[in-house]
Amino acid sequence: MTPKRKRLWLVVGSLAVLGFAATLVLTALNDNIVFFYSPTQIAEKQIPPERRFRMGGLVEAGSVKKSADGQVTSFRVTDTHKTVDVVYRGLLPDLFREGQGVVAEGSLGADGVFVAREVLAKHDENYMPPEVAKAIKEAGQWKEGK
Amino acid sequence: MADLHFLASPARFRRLSQRVLPSLAFATVLMLAFGLYLALIQSPPDYQQGDTVRIMFVHVPSAWLAMAGYGLLAALGASLLIWRHPLAALMARAAAPVGAGFCAVCLLTGALWGRPMWGAYWVWDARLTSMLLLFFLYLGHIALSRAYDEPERGDRAAAILALIGVINLPIIKFSVDWWNTLHQPASVARLGGPSIHPSILVPLLWMAATLFLLFVLLVLLRTDTEIDRRRLENAEVQS
Repeated sequence: MTPKRKRLWLVVGSLAVLGFAATLVLTALNDNIVFFYSPTQIAEKQIPPERRFRMGGLVEAGSVKKSADGQVTSFRVTDTHKTVDVVYRGLLPDLFREGQGVVAEGSLGADGVFVAREVLAKHDENYMPPEVAKAIKEAGQWKEGK
Repeated sequence: MADLHFLASPARFRRLSQRVLPSLAFATVLMLAFGLYLALIQSPPDYQQGDTVRIMFVHVPSAWLAMAGYGLLAALGASLLIWRHPLAALMARAAAPVGAGFCAVCLLTGALWGRPMWGAYWVWDARLTSMLLLFFLYLGHIALSRAYDEPERGDRAAAILALIGVINLPIIKFSVDWWNTLHQPASVARLGGPSIHPSILVPLLWMAATLFLLFVLLVLLRTDTEIDRRRLENAEVQS
């Protein structure tokens, strides 16, 4: 084997080992790398009250209600299997809308209602001009919250 | 005779780049002028994000070039370590700060985009964190290549870092698929074709082509400078 060949295999071999190690580490840490839990995962995990975590899903259509003074918003977050009730006091991001993705940080109360301290809007990977969105909606082809 | 071998290929590269650079610079300026018209005036606002979507025309190409630039560093690192290519180390020194620049632009425009849309400048999700790691890998490469008195030792140390860091590239690309993140999934390079309307996709691809030319221009220019610098240093050592 020429020195060049040897160095080539050394580099390829090291990278393969490194890639394998990285895969193992990332698989092991999977639970810590996810940014939020879905309502189904929350139901499975039995997260104790007062533990802070992030929860994400779609804002259920027709579920958003404001309190009389307009400061407290309550809504339901769904992943189409399970839903979680959420209350939040504060300003919501502009993209917060029914049917839109949302990520909330906070904790579960004793009554199972998620008390959010921060609400972030998640947007999807679709981009189009307003006229096109209107045309698709009028044609009845709109798919909410992919 | 080793010196002659070192000079042969870089000298040829330099002659070639001197011939290409003027027209490349001219093309970049023309394409940028038209790209800005497309991005800022001609393209429509997004149905949800309004005019904020225009940040994408800088943010996304910068992200692509930051990743492509690191891929280039890794390829140059491999050709230095395996084949001892005389030009590879010089080009890696030239490319690293350019890639780091695009990476910084991507992170900054991402923060400016995240605040109005998500409600946060920064979150520690997998996509954002792996992109920040890429920026630190660039900084490490730049620092390591300058950390030794003999430049050749720095070149080799940086080349090893470039090869190790290449593991991060698929993690960045697939982070939005492997884990749930606040960052949305891919819109352009994805199965089933782009999910961006052509009126927004065309300006995006145009700006990507423009910034690619800018990237090539800066790397060629800086490689020429590195060749001159290495020649001067060698001349000083010999005199």
